[in-house]
Amino acid sequence: MIKFILKGLIRDRSRSLFPILMVSAGAFLTVFFYSFMQGVMDDLISSTAKFDTGHVKIMTQAYRELADQTPNDLSIIGSSVLLDWLRKNEKEMIWTPRIRFGGLLDVPDENGETKAQGLAFGLGIDLFNSDSPEKKLFNIEKSIVRGHYPDQKNEILISDELAKKMNIDIGGTVTLIGSTMYGAMAIHNFKVSGTVYFGMVALDRGTIIADIGDMQFALDMPEGASEIVGYSKDMLYDDKRMINVADGFNKRFTKTNDEFSPIMLTLGQQNGMDEYLMYAGSMGTIIVSIFVLVMSIVLWNSGLMNGLRRYGEIGVRLAIGEPKGNLYRWMILESSMIGIAGSVLGTLLGLGISFYFQYVGVDLSSIMPRSSMMLSNVMRAQVTPVSYIIGFFPGVFASVIGTMFAGIGIYKRQTAQLFKELET
Amino acid sequence: MAIVKIKGLVKRYPMGGQKFTALDHIDLEFGKGEFCGFVGPSGSGKTTLLNVIGALDAPSEGSTVVLNEHVETLSQKKAAGLRNHHIGFIFQTYNLLPVYSVYENVEFPLLLLKIPKEDRKKKVLDALEWVGLMDKIKSKPAQLSGGQCQRVAVARAIVKRPELVLADEPTANLDSENSYNILEMMVKLNKELETTFIFATHDEKVMKYLRRKVHLVDGKVTKDEIIGKGAQ
Repeated sequence: MIKFILKGLIRDRSRSLFPILMVSAGAFLTVFFYSFMQGVMDDLISSTAKFDTGHVKIMTQAYRELADQTPNDLSIIGSSVLLDWLRKNEKEMIWTPRIRFGGLLDVPDENGETKAQGLAFGLGIDLFNSDSPEKKLFNIEKSIVRGHYPDQKNEILISDELAKKMNIDIGGTVTLIGSTMYGAMAIHNFKVSGTVYFGMVALDRGTIIADIGDMQFALDMPEGASEIVGYSKDMLYDDKRMINVADGFNKRFTKTNDEFSPIMLTLGQQNGMDEYLMYAGSMGTIIVSIFVLVMSIVLWNSGLMNGLRRYGEIGVRLAIGEPKGNLYRWMILESSMIGIAGSVLGTLLGLGISFYFQYVGVDLSSIMPRSSMMLSNVMRAQVTPVSYIIGFFPGVFASVIGTMFAGIGIYKRQTAQLFKELET
Repeated sequence: MAIVKIKGLVKRYPMGGQKFTALDHIDLEFGKGEFCGFVGPSGSGKTTLLNVIGALDAPSEGSTVVLNEHVETLSQKKAAGLRNHHIGFIFQTYNLLPVYSVYENVEFPLLLLKIPKEDRKKKVLDALEWVGLMDKIKSKPAQLSGGQCQRVAVARAIVKRPELVLADEPTANLDSENSYNILEMMVKLNKELETTFIFATHDEKVMKYLRRKVHLVDGKVTKDEIIGKGAQ
């Protein structure tokens, strides 16, 4: 009998091919939409991670307490030793040191007199090493509005808005007045090689990007770093995985009685990000659930229509003497086979496209008016374990449930009407 | 031996808040090998009576015994079993399964009966030989003429060698020549297999072949006419 049913299914395209294509389309859209939503959520998280928290961040415990004040006197000393250990023992992560600093930015005129002055804060990052992830991480080259990427010592980038406000020319000199790690006054001259657009008001108001080596020299903190940030190599934030990395590090290095011992925090453990992660997760779940529900209704309806379209055939089978229960079970089996085949096909297609969007992405820089550091120009999806199964909810369950509802018609059908119905 | 015994059969349907009496105190008996039919105008109750005999509908009153089974007390499952094992149906519009070949359409009732493959094959080929469609085994219904489709429907009805075949207006969609061929074939099957045929018809061509005509008017038997040998 199963061979007989399969023959019918294969031969009748309106019973097999079209429903399979319909289910495939539904499953594909569900998988892709889910993965894309995950990617969008991750993109928002990655902006915070790029500029501030990393996927994990290492500071001294004392620095952590006063992190808002960027207390460089409490920074990590001997950061290169720690970095070597991290690169050797956490090979699935990318590690990079940073210095956060603040100070007064002085713009001199041709006579060396102050032309303009203003508060600025900045980031010292690894600009020159070829294996540094920072250039790509900050999307620096594409965010340059004027000038060029720093290629010499003491060259810096500043926000374009700040440069305009303070009448700073490309190639001009600015002086940073701040304090060294030991509390003394620090005065250091930099050459502005270019201006950048951050895409975030607070950062565009007055941010400097300098090389970490220059800042270590300027702030008298050789081998020092305010923080060391780490990112997973696939650039996807996985809270559980990062907690494991942080726990392993803290067990080894964090000492309760030494406030200068380092501590590693995950993104979720910084700046109330745990709440944001939970919020983002919930919003993502709600949006995806609504989409899955809509797809389910579409496929449910498709299952229902398939059942109803075969009214005549079912009538003949009932008249010939096929028990209603038998017919109902066959319909569900057929629907399951179609649902599984369509879901597998749709999920494979959805995963394929999602993986493409995850690893290659689509570069939207040509259609975006201004590139920024905060928002990525490359649209990405994120494939998670749920991506592998989510297409089966509308694909199998909804279409089978649709068929089950259509099948109720079999039980309600009056066999007394069969002659009349089959003769119209 | 009577294979259908109907006594005091009443069938009422709810209609506009009232009960419409479709069959009114019918008493009939049909024996093995009969070639008979219900004749009468539209709405006289022919199809309703066929429904009750075919265990597709239950009587409101009275008793209907088909092959020793009381239709009025049969569960849905048992009624399906009775139809599956003992009754063949022929419809006006053939109702063949369009995606299956002639062979597969005829084979279908045997699959429901879970008959082994070899037996199945033999029975299907026998049935197709009876109806003269051996050369159309692999054809699909869409490739056949109306007459050929009805012959497939007849083969499907008789393949399991039922004691009883119920045919509702089997020639209504056929031209004279095809009607003649189909009826000749049914008569032959009736003779050779001793299958009881009961028709519901108002087609004169069919009536000529009937050996017994039960006239129905407004749900009542007005005349039970034994013709003899009919047109054969």
